[in-house]
Amino acid sequence: MDYLEYLLDPEHWDLAVTGNIPSLVVDHLYYTVITLVIASLIAIPVGLYIGHTGRFSFVAINAGNAGRSLPTLGLIILLVTVIGFGLLPVIIALVILAIPPILTSTYAGLRAINPASVDAAKGMGMRPIQILFRVEIPMALPLILSGLRSATLQVVSTATVASYVGLGGLGRLLVDGLALNQYDRVIAGAVVVAALAIVLDLIASSVQRLVVSPGVSGRALTRTSNKAPSSSVGPATATAG
Amino acid sequence: MITFDKVSKTFPDGTLAVENLDFELPTGKITVFVGPSGCGKTTSLRMINRMIEPTGGRILIDGKDVMSQDAALLRRSIGYVIQHAGLFPHRTVIENVMTVPNLIGTDKKKSRATAMELLLRVGLTESMANKYPVQLSGGQEQRVGVARALAADPPVMLMDEPFSAVDPIVRAGLQTEFLRLQGELGKTIAFVTHDIDEAIKLGDKVAVFREGGHLAQYASPQELLENPANDFVADFVGRDRGFRSLSFDSSGVLVLDSVDSVRSGSEILVLDDAGRPLGWAGPGIADERSPLSVAGTFTAADSLRVVTDLAISSPVGIAVRVNDSGVADGIIRHPSLVRQLDERRRQRAGTAS
Repeated sequence: MDYLEYLLDPEHWDLAVTGNIPSLVVDHLYYTVITLVIASLIAIPVGLYIGHTGRFSFVAINAGNAGRSLPTLGLIILLVTVIGFGLLPVIIALVILAIPPILTSTYAGLRAINPASVDAAKGMGMRPIQILFRVEIPMALPLILSGLRSATLQVVSTATVASYVGLGGLGRLLVDGLALNQYDRVIAGAVVVAALAIVLDLIASSVQRLVVSPGVSGRALTRTSNKAPSSSVGPATATAG
Repeated sequence: MITFDKVSKTFPDGTLAVENLDFELPTGKITVFVGPSGCGKTTSLRMINRMIEPTGGRILIDGKDVMSQDAALLRRSIGYVIQHAGLFPHRTVIENVMTVPNLIGTDKKKSRATAMELLLRVGLTESMANKYPVQLSGGQEQRVGVARALAADPPVMLMDEPFSAVDPIVRAGLQTEFLRLQGELGKTIAFVTHDIDEAIKLGDKVAVFREGGHLAQYASPQELLENPANDFVADFVGRDRGFRSLSFDSSGVLVLDSVDSVRSGSEILVLDDAGRPLGWAGPGIADERSPLSVAGTFTAADSLRVVTDLAISSPVGIAVRVNDSGVADGIIRHPSLVRQLDERRRQRAGTAS
């Protein structure tokens, strides 16, 4: 039996055929995007609040641990019994999965900010909201985005469980493949999920390069070391670390 | 002028940081707040721009109570420099300098030009403008911090230990340039340090704080060194305060001996053809062809401290004065210097009583 037969069969990539792989990918992305948007809307403001004020920091710290130990499949089944079938229980379960990494890293990003910069911002006459958007968020952005990236990876791989409760997405290939003892189908599902995760992470890292200042990402330092040492910058850079 | 009018600060936990502080910082001068840690000097400074709010009394800037003004607007009108510069790492040097002009809403082009000028003024180059703070040394970061505080041309500047995080050599350079800059700008500056030497070097006036936020003495640096108000100040100012106080008097008052008096005899000052000193020679000292180094000369503009140091460190106990073209025009021997310093002390004691 050819392990890649299902994956490589052109028929499974034909958009006219029901259950084709591209349409499963679209479904899968749909669940992922909805989940990440909702989770970010909850976790980023809460993380900013906790990080900014230092209050309720145990929530941010414990959320990370709780999130890791929560069985998403069990949660979905619980939610389905409570709410019934449909998209809602799946999205709720995935959002609960995605919140901890975003919340924890947003909190950590804000706590890692050099307090002197915040003191200077306040002392120069920035108002609290200006401090948050012009100083704290840009400085915490690398960590906030890394939280988003790990949440993305977790959600992409876990969104396969949607199929257990009758929804689409790439989980269909896994669930149906297992049910039919069609292992090339299972492999196709696994490979496409992995590929999707890698592609999303590559996109996220490009976005990160665009929005994070070279001054906080560390790129400013590597950039000068590539250049010929002009004027007195070389030794200054060496001592700055 | 900044007026502290019976200012007190008690923190919520009950700590009394500052008590009944009552003094004035003169316009256009540098006033240094100095004292051991926990003496309330930083608290006092930070109350001027409301980073900390007083629990009693008033602080007035040119007669206007700071508490009657919007905190953010007040702070934009006051330059603020802190110990670790507190630059924004995600912004370039020039963007950092433009912070306050941007907050005020100054035209971007204009504030950029001003910022560029300021960078040069604080001793940086235009090529630094687009660098990020991580690419700077500690001294360069502090210079950017000063430029940033000056960007909106505030009449008042608050500086909280701005030079204490850099090494001593860089610090000395920053201090000298700071004085030069202040000579051009004439800002009203409140400056916090725990380093008495820095206070004496930079301050037009020095406020010595002691534990509990009391003012132990408020005086000019010279008066502080010569007439400490109490044992606390005398102790804080340090043991060699007598020697340091000599820095405030010009050597112009000294009566010198002629250079001819050391052209022969047991100590001989060897001169070149133009009359510039080359070194010391004489029986038991050195041969005239390879004289001992003079190791420094003074001019009429130097302080008594420089002359005293030269006389002490000279191999023959004689300090040599030169004119502007480096030609030796007088000498002073150690015993003569001590006699003249003693006379100076008597005169001072006489005028004081």
